[in-house]
Amino acid sequence: MDLSEINFAVLVASLIVASTPLVLAALGELIVEKSGVLNLGVEGMMIIGAVTGFIVGVETGSAYIGMMAAAMAGALLSLLFAFIILIMQANQVASGLALTIFGLGIAALMGHPYTGVKSPQISTISIPFISEIPVLGTMFFQHDLIVYLSLISVLVIWYFLNRMRAGLILRSVGEDHDVAHSLGYRVVTIRFLAITFGGAMAGVGGGYLSLVRVPQWTEGMTAGAGWIALALVVFSGWRPFRLLIGAYIFGGITILQLNLQAIGVNINIALLSMAPYLATILALVVISMSRFRGNRGAPGCLGRSFVKIT
Amino acid sequence: MNNKIENTLFQCRAINKEFGNVRANNDISINVRTSQIHALLGENGAGKSTLVKIIYGLLQPDTGSMTFSDKEYSPKSPKDARALGVGMVFQHFSLFEPLTAFENIVVGLDKELGEKELHASVITLSESYGLEVNLSSFIGDLSAGERQRVEIIRALIQKPKLLIMDEPTSVLTPFECESLFKTLKKLASEGTSILYISHKLKEIADLCDTASVLRKGAIVGEYDPKKMTPRELGEIMVGQSLFEPKRPVATNKSNKVLSVKINEVKPDTQFGVTLKNIDLAVYQSEILGIGGVAGNGQEELMQILTGEKKDRNVSIKYMDNDIEMLNPRERREIGLAFAPEERLGHAAVGNLNLLDNSLITDPKKRFQKKMGFIDFGELNAYTNEIIEKFNVKTTGVSALASSLSGGNLQKFVVGREIGQKPSLFIVNQPTWGVDALSAANIRQAIVDIANTGAAIILISQDLDEILEISNKVAFLTNGNLSIPTNTMDIKTDEIGAIMGGISD
Repeated sequence: MDLSEINFAVLVASLIVASTPLVLAALGELIVEKSGVLNLGVEGMMIIGAVTGFIVGVETGSAYIGMMAAAMAGALLSLLFAFIILIMQANQVASGLALTIFGLGIAALMGHPYTGVKSPQISTISIPFISEIPVLGTMFFQHDLIVYLSLISVLVIWYFLNRMRAGLILRSVGEDHDVAHSLGYRVVTIRFLAITFGGAMAGVGGGYLSLVRVPQWTEGMTAGAGWIALALVVFSGWRPFRLLIGAYIFGGITILQLNLQAIGVNINIALLSMAPYLATILALVVISMSRFRGNRGAPGCLGRSFVKIT
Repeated sequence: MNNKIENTLFQCRAINKEFGNVRANNDISINVRTSQIHALLGENGAGKSTLVKIIYGLLQPDTGSMTFSDKEYSPKSPKDARALGVGMVFQHFSLFEPLTAFENIVVGLDKELGEKELHASVITLSESYGLEVNLSSFIGDLSAGERQRVEIIRALIQKPKLLIMDEPTSVLTPFECESLFKTLKKLASEGTSILYISHKLKEIADLCDTASVLRKGAIVGEYDPKKMTPRELGEIMVGQSLFEPKRPVATNKSNKVLSVKINEVKPDTQFGVTLKNIDLAVYQSEILGIGGVAGNGQEELMQILTGEKKDRNVSIKYMDNDIEMLNPRERREIGLAFAPEERLGHAAVGNLNLLDNSLITDPKKRFQKKMGFIDFGELNAYTNEIIEKFNVKTTGVSALASSLSGGNLQKFVVGREIGQKPSLFIVNQPTWGVDALSAANIRQAIVDIANTGAAIILISQDLDEILEISNKVAFLTNGNLSIPTNTMDIKTDEIGAIMGGISD
């Protein structure tokens, strides 16, 4: 074993790539939960995004068009969820779980002919000058467009939630839908929009997985990424920047264990592969223990159906 | 009715609104004049709230029309209403607890204002109307009075011509009420009309220029509250004569039922109150009233008394037994009964029906047959008796607790506890949000069980209520309890002095 075989700069660069699907999907879910809706279907929307993005990418030969298709597919699936929980007022937890199961099944069906096919390439964009800085340049400034977009989204979503009126309205709907309704805000419409946005983000996250990160289609390839995205939202205390850090920590552990396996560390591979998931559980436990800080961000109406009072 | 009255700002004509087969508003017409404080008076369920929701655009009338500033007025949503100059302050505050006061004000606005500009106008408003509030504090940390000020600022910032206040004083302390009245009078003198909903008669006499009385969804008439006694108005409101409960004649002075000693109990949350130096005793056939401004330890004391919170620094003796380590259920089994302040979710389970809610507080297993089967005959009879005796307005015993209005649920909860024939009854805010006649009924029922030998601890922020039926009174201030004194010996200005020290 020789730890010097691990190039730290490359490690960080690849952890960013590994974390990007999580960042995207979790940011989407953050907005959904801030509006007071708990969508447990992230995994389902991600894999639908992954398969649709891959198919469209292969057929058109453009990864970008594939990515857009992934967003649309995720959004479309989330509309189904929105309809069930907002219009039919079904239970959110059950509907979200159903969405995941449905997504996994239909994705396997759609993707079957595409197993083993090679995906179109997405080029990295080296940002002039700063990408040439040694180490830092390799780490942060030689990525593809989607990575940069994911970082910009963190900033934009933070600004939207904390500095914009529309964000305030979204949060208030999530905190207390009855009060928001009595002030004249359209709870159902706002939640519809939030859910759709969450679906699109999860879709892009899935698309990134099949078009860039892996890049090929295998059945069940999200492998729990949607669930980790959900956990990240809680871990972050519903804050975008903490969410980013959480996603990178998780991605970092994933990449590190792969590297450790590659250089032949004398630890059972099963244990190493388990590490990211163990870390997630550990993080959630620690966060739940700190009673004062961690839970303060949870929206008041999270998971509750809105029934209009007449 | 006259269709044209001088200076009319708002008028509604023949408003009808039905829910299912209940007629909430029946042919209602009122006129609100400019610069007037117009009271809308009526019992719980008389249709006041429905009417103001229609005016504020939250509901649409089935038939009828409204005019505002001589123009046809039919708001489809609160946004329309606000745009035309109608503002509203809700009874149950429509504020978001996890947001700051400032954010709450921003959410209530229909257009975006610059942050600085808004800050400045909020400060101007709060200074000129005495509405002091710390804009950066979270609503969850504010008292009821402060929350209301935030709501009023939010309404006023849009410069309404008509301000609707839905039972604004039901959650306020006497001091806060006074400052609210000052604000309202100033607003009216500057040209704002105020539609003031309440069932508190005294304040209407003090404050309002006109009073429209509603009974069972219809207008009874329009009166001048300055020319009538509160009692006369009250009788018009309920449609029958009112009575005043008499305090129980405490006879068995020697039989101490409960004594409580608390050295110090720290609160569970950072916003709670530390209870200190509490020493109280209550005897058979006696009502001990505990007054004080909300948030001075009432909740915490109630938790200690019910056993929801146990603490080593507390000693509670109930008829020679130490009970401080018993849980609420065990305390109920030996003859205590409790009615906490929060009706839904604490005193009653919203998603259970009234039968189930009677059943869950049945310590003596009266409704249990052999092998744990439920005696539905008994349970039905008992629940129906509560509904009848306390005039609970509901569709029947199988109605969900959450479907009852706050006042009606309160009547049910108090009735349920009293029906257990407790030896000691501890009640927090028994008549909160309950109309005059039902409140008198509840007080009478409490006095009745005291007269049959029960001891009562009555925690209430309604000073009149405490002075009316308690034998002894004590006041909670900042977690300290004053020494209980005979109600007869206490003077009103002394009370002010005891409570005054802590209100500011």
